[in-house]
Amino acid sequence: MRYLPLTDVDRTQMREAIGVADFAALYADVPSELLLEAPLDLPRAKSEIEVERLLSAMAKRNLSAASAPFFIGAGAYRHHIPASVDHLIQRSEFLTSYTPYQPEISQGTLQYLFEFQTQVAMLTGMEIANASMYDGSTACAEAALMAHRITKRRKAILSGGLHPHYADVLRTISHFAGDEIVALAPDVRAREDIASAIDDSVSCVILQTPDVFGNLRDLAPIAEACHRHGALLVAVFTEAVSLGLLKSPGEMGADITVGEGQSLGNPLSFGGPYLGLFATRQSHLRQTPGRLIGETVDADGRRGYVVTLSAREQHIRRDKATSNICTNSNLCALAFSIHLSLLGEAGLRRLARANHASAVDLVDRLASVAGVETLNESFFNEFTLRVPGDAARLVEAMAEQGVLAGVPVSRLLPDAGLDDLLIVASTEVDTVEDREAFVAAMRGAL
Amino acid sequence: MLDHPKDFSFETFSGNRGLDQEEPPIFEIGRTDTSGVDIEEPAHLEPRLGALERKGPIGLPGLSEPEAMRHYVRLSRKNYSIDAGLYPLGSCTMKHNPRLNEKIARLAGFADLHPLQPQSTAQGALALMEELSRWLLTLTGMSAIALSPKAGAHGELCGLMAIESALAARGEAQTRKVVLIPQSAHGTNPASAALLGFQPRVIEAGADGVVSEEAVAKALGPDVAAIMLTNPNTCGLFERNIVAIARRVHEAGGYFYCDGANFNAIAGVARPGDMGVDAMHLNLHKTFSTPHGGGGPGSGPVVFSERLAPFAPVPFLLREGETLRLVEHGDGAQSFGRLTAFHGQFGTFVRALAYILSHGADGLAQASRDAVLSANYLRVALRDVMTQPFGDRLCMHEVLFDDSFLEGTGVSTLDFAKAMIDEGYHPMTIYFPLVVHGAMLIEPTESESKRSLDLFVATMRDLIASAKRGETRRFTEAPRHAPRRRLDETAAARKPVLRWSAS
Repeated sequence: MRYLPLTDVDRTQMREAIGVADFAALYADVPSELLLEAPLDLPRAKSEIEVERLLSAMAKRNLSAASAPFFIGAGAYRHHIPASVDHLIQRSEFLTSYTPYQPEISQGTLQYLFEFQTQVAMLTGMEIANASMYDGSTACAEAALMAHRITKRRKAILSGGLHPHYADVLRTISHFAGDEIVALAPDVRAREDIASAIDDSVSCVILQTPDVFGNLRDLAPIAEACHRHGALLVAVFTEAVSLGLLKSPGEMGADITVGEGQSLGNPLSFGGPYLGLFATRQSHLRQTPGRLIGETVDADGRRGYVVTLSAREQHIRRDKATSNICTNSNLCALAFSIHLSLLGEAGLRRLARANHASAVDLVDRLASVAGVETLNESFFNEFTLRVPGDAARLVEAMAEQGVLAGVPVSRLLPDAGLDDLLIVASTEVDTVEDREAFVAAMRGAL
Repeated sequence: MLDHPKDFSFETFSGNRGLDQEEPPIFEIGRTDTSGVDIEEPAHLEPRLGALERKGPIGLPGLSEPEAMRHYVRLSRKNYSIDAGLYPLGSCTMKHNPRLNEKIARLAGFADLHPLQPQSTAQGALALMEELSRWLLTLTGMSAIALSPKAGAHGELCGLMAIESALAARGEAQTRKVVLIPQSAHGTNPASAALLGFQPRVIEAGADGVVSEEAVAKALGPDVAAIMLTNPNTCGLFERNIVAIARRVHEAGGYFYCDGANFNAIAGVARPGDMGVDAMHLNLHKTFSTPHGGGGPGSGPVVFSERLAPFAPVPFLLREGETLRLVEHGDGAQSFGRLTAFHGQFGTFVRALAYILSHGADGLAQASRDAVLSANYLRVALRDVMTQPFGDRLCMHEVLFDDSFLEGTGVSTLDFAKAMIDEGYHPMTIYFPLVVHGAMLIEPTESESKRSLDLFVATMRDLIASAKRGETRRFTEAPRHAPRRRLDETAAARKPVLRWSAS
């Protein structure tokens, strides 16, 4: 077995040193009736060639985004990742290290997380950010729990533009934690009246922009309404690139901003691993979940970084912790941070404009397709179409023509009666030819 | 003793020390108008952004590609890693990360696949999830699996939610609100239980380091929902009363949650399903070597007994003839709902399956046995100079020492750990588990050669002899040979600086 350095001679010598005759004796603490007598009915070890052959065959059975004009978004986006990002995150010192428990030999991780926290705070227009969470949806649930702790209330209002998976995660957590959820109806055209749903019993409003249907939402009036009632505004985004072109949640008055960071540096990877971004106001620091990195000095007075304020965390506070979270999404946060460092402000703005331009171009082309209507008044790189008939069937038909067309709303909301709606995303990786292919395939399938 | 690095003969003009180069934060080297990515400016664009376009500056610095490479390569060199040396962090399982797994995870058919593309176009990905499920279920002897939990602690939530749902189905969700947790448990256990409104009730382990049937029986009652037990436990010991404990818990109407963080000691050797476990998370980044990545991403699939299987979360896989279907909505069935967007840490599923297929059932069992063998080899090689809290007895994949052997030396567990850094080792886990004074939990894993273990033993013995000789400064002033000396954590917490600012 190529991964095991011990030889049989080593094993014998080591057993002798320990004073056990065989492996069964080594497992003497395991009741003998629990020890497997025969190997499990599973395949034996395979060479690298064999494993590669087997798994490559599985990979080939999938239609990858690279092999088709591709317009799927709804919470995960295809962007170009600079080659240097993937090279750098595979450095041994990044890939095969762990949580920076010993800061003297973890300054690499600690410094890039400190940089990451700063980048996230800047991007969202918030004062502080943590070192990342599992993903956007779980960060969103953590934000609701944090709002409940701060306001000492237990009711969250969910906008009808919130990604349905995020809403489902919130429902699950709230159900078990005994908190209340008021979920507004799916709001395809961003016309819901959130403000009138807010009263003094509300802990927070959870509002996504761009919303799941692609509409841009002005958070400012809702933030104001929240604050009038002592509630917090939790701003959500699933497309981090949009922040290069749009007003930041902080600018619009958000108290907590959470989002999915996959768009920068991280491949689609069929849904994970991604990274949750979590940012808030300095005044909420002590209630913030997750790992935080702080600047300090070492014994020689040199600048360095440490994990700080651990007294909030589960390994110290146990059942009194602000969250049960233990890991962050470290390597994904590194990829995000490297990509954003490479882009810089100028690059991010250009990238965001390129995305917007791509989507605008597709919307304009679709105006010529009879029976298809774009529902958005505003959008970034994603919008919702009303199509004749069933959108899911249309997507399947377009896939047969080799175009991955988007997400039928029924995939996310099967019981909402929105079967004729299709969420379409277009990013900088799409070419004019791809968009032409989209329009042609849609015409052909309708 | 070595000279203090402050000594002027060690000072350099640049602050660099040869290969150990100083590197300021990106905010001090980048510029907002610099970019390492060439993107064409759209020719003409009439924005459809309403009135929500950003007007002010963001402040994000950019680096050209050469600058970015240098920045991150320099940072990387300030990190210890498994690839560079023994990383015996107990309970964390720092084993070798095969690069084949990375290569496979990057195939376009896996990496460039959208979670919401038509399932008909992702049958290979679903097949991979099915195959991984088959392995994990067979290895654990359990009935059903939820792949979606994002990490171990997320898996704990998943398991407890299934347990509460099963209790609710019996009409006992309101009356059973207590979860029994041993003092030695990971902090996530009580934190997860509390998050869901359970009250943790602590049970004490015996003098032998394991939980007795009697201790559990005494704590059980009609208010108990479940027990959360780590096995092998965080003291590196197998909970040998586990079958009787499970029986007691079940008889009292409760469920058995097993923290599977240490499954790597028994994978292919014994099955939790035979021990009476109802739910258990598996840390794919530990046992199945999807890399730790500096602290994540993790991956924490949960396996269930038949009793809890109906309550498993969405999504789950269904095979319909030749076709695999991922069920994404509960459809009014007993599933407790959704834990996360999409389908879980698919990229780690690919890596874990590559690891599993490489080992095979025989290799996985051998890896478990080698891990236990190596931990016991360290135990006997150090037992005459270090002290074991529960007597000299067989351990599983990790060996636990306390700090009694340092008594009177003026050297603490922390000091000792820092001196290990100077010797080129990452320290073991220290001060955990909390039940042992000055705990040192050493997990060598199966990835170390005998030569590497022998060198480690020799170094540890030299350090211990040095501490006993009174060479205290070797410890209290350590580390000297790391990119940084000890950092002021108190100052960091007193006045938190969590982001860079120009000043």
